[in-house]
Amino acid sequence: MAATPRIIVVGGGLAGLSAVIKIAEAGGKVDLFSIVPVKRSHSVCAQGGINAAKDLKGEGDTVLKHFDDTVYGGDFLANQTPVKNMTAQGPAIIDLLDRMGVPFNRTPEGLLDFRRFGGTLYQRTAFAGATTGQQLLYALDEQVRRHEDEGKVTKYEGWEFLSAVLDDNGVCRGICAMDLRTMETRTFPADAIIICTGGNGAIFGKSTNSVVCTGSAQSALYQQGAFYANGEFIQVHPTAIPGEDKLRLMSESARGEGGRVWVPRDRNEKRAAQSIPEGDRWYFLEERYPKYGNLVPRDIATREIFKVVYEDNMGIDGQPMVYLDVSHLSSERQNKLEGILEIYEKFVGDDPRKVPMKIFPGMHYTMGGLWVDFNQQTNIPGVYAAGEADYSIHGANRLGANSLLSCIYGGFVAGPQAMTYAKSLAAATGDGGHAAELQRQEEKNAALLNNKGTENPFKIWRELGDTMTKHATIVRYNAGLDEADAKLVELLDRYKNVNLSDKSQWANTSFAFTRQLYNMLELARVIVQGARLRDESRGAHYKPDFPNRDDENFLKTTKAAFVDGAPSISYEAVDISHITPRPRVYTSS
Amino acid sequence: MPNTIKVSIKRQATPDARATTETFEIPYRPNMNITSLLGEIALNPRTVNGTDTTPITYDSNCLEEICGSCAMLINGKAMMACSALVDKLLGAAEHGQKPDLAKTITLAPLSKFPVVRDLAVDRSVLFENLKKVKAWVPIDGSYDLGPGPRQFPQIQEQRYPLSNCISCTICMEVCPQFNDATGFVGAATIAQTKLFNMDPAGSVLKEERLRALAGDGGIQECGFAQNCVQACPKQLPLTEAISDIGRDVFVQQVKDFFTQ
Repeated sequence: MAATPRIIVVGGGLAGLSAVIKIAEAGGKVDLFSIVPVKRSHSVCAQGGINAAKDLKGEGDTVLKHFDDTVYGGDFLANQTPVKNMTAQGPAIIDLLDRMGVPFNRTPEGLLDFRRFGGTLYQRTAFAGATTGQQLLYALDEQVRRHEDEGKVTKYEGWEFLSAVLDDNGVCRGICAMDLRTMETRTFPADAIIICTGGNGAIFGKSTNSVVCTGSAQSALYQQGAFYANGEFIQVHPTAIPGEDKLRLMSESARGEGGRVWVPRDRNEKRAAQSIPEGDRWYFLEERYPKYGNLVPRDIATREIFKVVYEDNMGIDGQPMVYLDVSHLSSERQNKLEGILEIYEKFVGDDPRKVPMKIFPGMHYTMGGLWVDFNQQTNIPGVYAAGEADYSIHGANRLGANSLLSCIYGGFVAGPQAMTYAKSLAAATGDGGHAAELQRQEEKNAALLNNKGTENPFKIWRELGDTMTKHATIVRYNAGLDEADAKLVELLDRYKNVNLSDKSQWANTSFAFTRQLYNMLELARVIVQGARLRDESRGAHYKPDFPNRDDENFLKTTKAAFVDGAPSISYEAVDISHITPRPRVYTSS
Repeated sequence: MPNTIKVSIKRQATPDARATTETFEIPYRPNMNITSLLGEIALNPRTVNGTDTTPITYDSNCLEEICGSCAMLINGKAMMACSALVDKLLGAAEHGQKPDLAKTITLAPLSKFPVVRDLAVDRSVLFENLKKVKAWVPIDGSYDLGPGPRQFPQIQEQRYPLSNCISCTICMEVCPQFNDATGFVGAATIAQTKLFNMDPAGSVLKEERLRALAGDGGIQECGFAQNCVQACPKQLPLTEAISDIGRDVFVQQVKDFFTQ
C-alpha cells in the first residue's frame, strides 16, 4: 500500500464530515464526494438538538441512563455495545462542537443550556435555536474547509457515487462516480471507502427528507454484495405539513400547547374549516383516547391519523390530511409557538392563528441501513458506513435528538477504523477491478440513453412513492405488503422500458435521477420483504394482525442480501449483553 | 375557464449556449410552490406550443429554505424557489383568495453567477471567499479537550442570527457592487467574518480576517445600497455586520500602518 492511506468518503453530512476530520488529523488523504455542495447536505434540516448526558441541570443524569433510554426507545432491537459506546462519547462530542464555535443556547452563567426531549425524563438535549442540525453541519463544514485549505482534503462536489470498485477477491479498491455537470463517469482509487449517504425518504415519494436522500448508494452496494439490515424500520412523524413537493415537519409542541386534531364529520364537507361548527367536527384522538387526548404517544397518533384517512376515508376533501388546530388558543399560547407557526405560514400561505393547519404523518427517518460491525465496517472489506446510511444505534425506533449524535459518533469511529485497515492492506493485483467496473457503469449509462421505451421515470417514481406510503409506512398488513412487492416487480419491469426525455450529456439531472430510481426500486423490495416476514409489532413496525412484540421469534436483526436479483432475508442475533429486554410501556409515566 | 398557469423560463443548454425562453402551461392546484411547478414540468416536459422538450435543470435539496440551493430570479426578483408560493406570485394577497391565472410567472437563473444549465448557476465563489477570511475556529484537534470557553447568552444571541446564513448568495446577486469590476466579496462573507471574530476562540484569527477584507474587493467596495439586508431570506443583520466589520478593518489598517 501507499505510504499515505487514501480514503474516499461519500456524503458530506454530519457523518461524512466527521470521518473526514478524523482522517485528515491522522495524516490520511481524503477525497470527499457529494452530490450537493457539502454545506447543503440534509443534516441542515435537523431542528431540535443533540443528546448527551452532561447533567448540567443537577438531575443526576448519566451516560448509562442515556444508554438505557436509547435501547428501550429502540424496542431492544439495537446492538447494545455500539449504543453504549456512543452514549459514553456524547459529552465529549458536545464539548468538541462547543469548541468549534457552534452557537449553542446558553445559561446565564455562560454554560450550555439543555432541554428535555421525547423518551427521557432528563434535560439532555443541547440545542442552537431551532436549527441545531444546520449549526452543527456548518461547524464541521468549516473545519473541513480549513483542512481543504491546507491540502489534506479534496472535495468532489457535484459528483454522484455509482458503485464500489471491487477486486477479484471482493476487496474494495475505490469507487466509480459520475460528474453531474459533464456526465463523465470514472473510477477513483482508494484503500478504503466510507459511505455516509443518509436516509432513503425518496423511496416514499414525499417525506421530510431532502431531494438527495434516495438511498441510491446504499442500494448500489447492496446489489454488489453488502448486507442491508433492518430495512423495514422506517420512522414516521405524526405531524408534517403536506406539500406539493415534500412534507415539512410541524413540531409536536403545537399539541403540547393545546392544539387539537380533527376532521369534518361529513366526508363531503364543503365549508371552510373555520366555519364548520363544533358539533360537525370529529376530534378522533380525544374521542378514542379520553385520557391523553391529542397528546398520545407519537406512534399512536401517527397510526390513528393514518386509519382515519385510509380506512375511514375521512381525510379532508378526500385527501390524506387532517386538521391540527391552534386557532382557538389564546394569543399568549400562540406566541409561544411563533417559530413553527411562521414556517407553516411561509410555506402554506395560511395563518395558522386563524385557520386550522392541514397535516399528515410523514416518512421521516431510516433506522435500517447498511449492515456494519461494531467498527462500522460492512461485510465488503474496505467498505465502511456511518450515520443514517448504516443500521446501528437506533434499533426499531429512533429517539429525538439522537440522530445528530449517532452521525458524529459513527463518523468518528469509521474514519480511524478505515485508516487502520488501509495501513495493513495488501496491494491490489492488476488494476484492482477499475476497468471492469467502469465498463459496467458505462454500459448502464448507454443502455439508459439508448432506450427507446415509453415510460416516464418521474411517473414510475410517483407510483413507487404512492405504493410505499400506502403499504409500508405506518400500518402494515401482509396482504398489502404482498401487493406492494408485486407492484415493485411491475415497476422494475416497466423501468426496462424507460425513456429519457433528456438525452443530453451536460448537467442532465433527469438522467442522474433515473439511475437513482432503479436503485430505489431494488431497495424498496428490501423494505417491503423485511416487513412482510416480520410477523410482530416492534417500534415503528406495526402490524395490526400481530400487535405484540415477539422476542422469541423476532428479537433479531433482519439482513437482506441481493441473491439472483431479489432480496434474500436472513437473521442474526441482537447483542443484548448489557440490558435484559423488558416490555416497552410509556403510558404509566 | 382553463385551470392552468403559465410559466416562462429562461433556458440555456450549456454555459456557452445562447439563452432561449420556453413557456409552459401547467395544471393549477392550490398551494403550489415553484419547485413543485418545476416537478410538474419534469412529469410532462412539453411547451405551451406542444413541442417536446427536456425537464428544467435547477439546484434544490431540502425544499424548506435551509440548505440554500434553489435561489433563482422569480418574476425578476432573487428568491428561494422552495418558499416562493405560486398563489402569492399570481396576486392572491391572502391564502384562499383566487389567484389571477392569466398572469405568467417568469423564472431565470441568478444573473451574477456563471450559468451551468437553465436555472442552475455556479456559486462556488462564496465558498472560496469563506476560505479567504478563514471562516472557522482553529481548534487544536478533535480529541477530547473538555468544554469550550464560557459564553454569555448575550454573545450567543448576536452570533446565532449570523450563523443562520444559508449561503444562497441572494445578498450578492442583489448588490450593485458585486461584479467583476470590483471583485467585492459580498455581504455573506463579511457577516461570517463577524461571526468568527465574535467567537472567544475564533477571535485568535481576527487580525488575519480583517486584513483579508482590506483593499480591493474588500469591505471598502460596499456602496451602502442596503439591497442585501432587504433581500436576505433569513433576515441576517447584514448591514450591521458590514458597518461593524468596516470599523474594525479601518482600525486594523491604522494599527498596521503604525506598526509596520
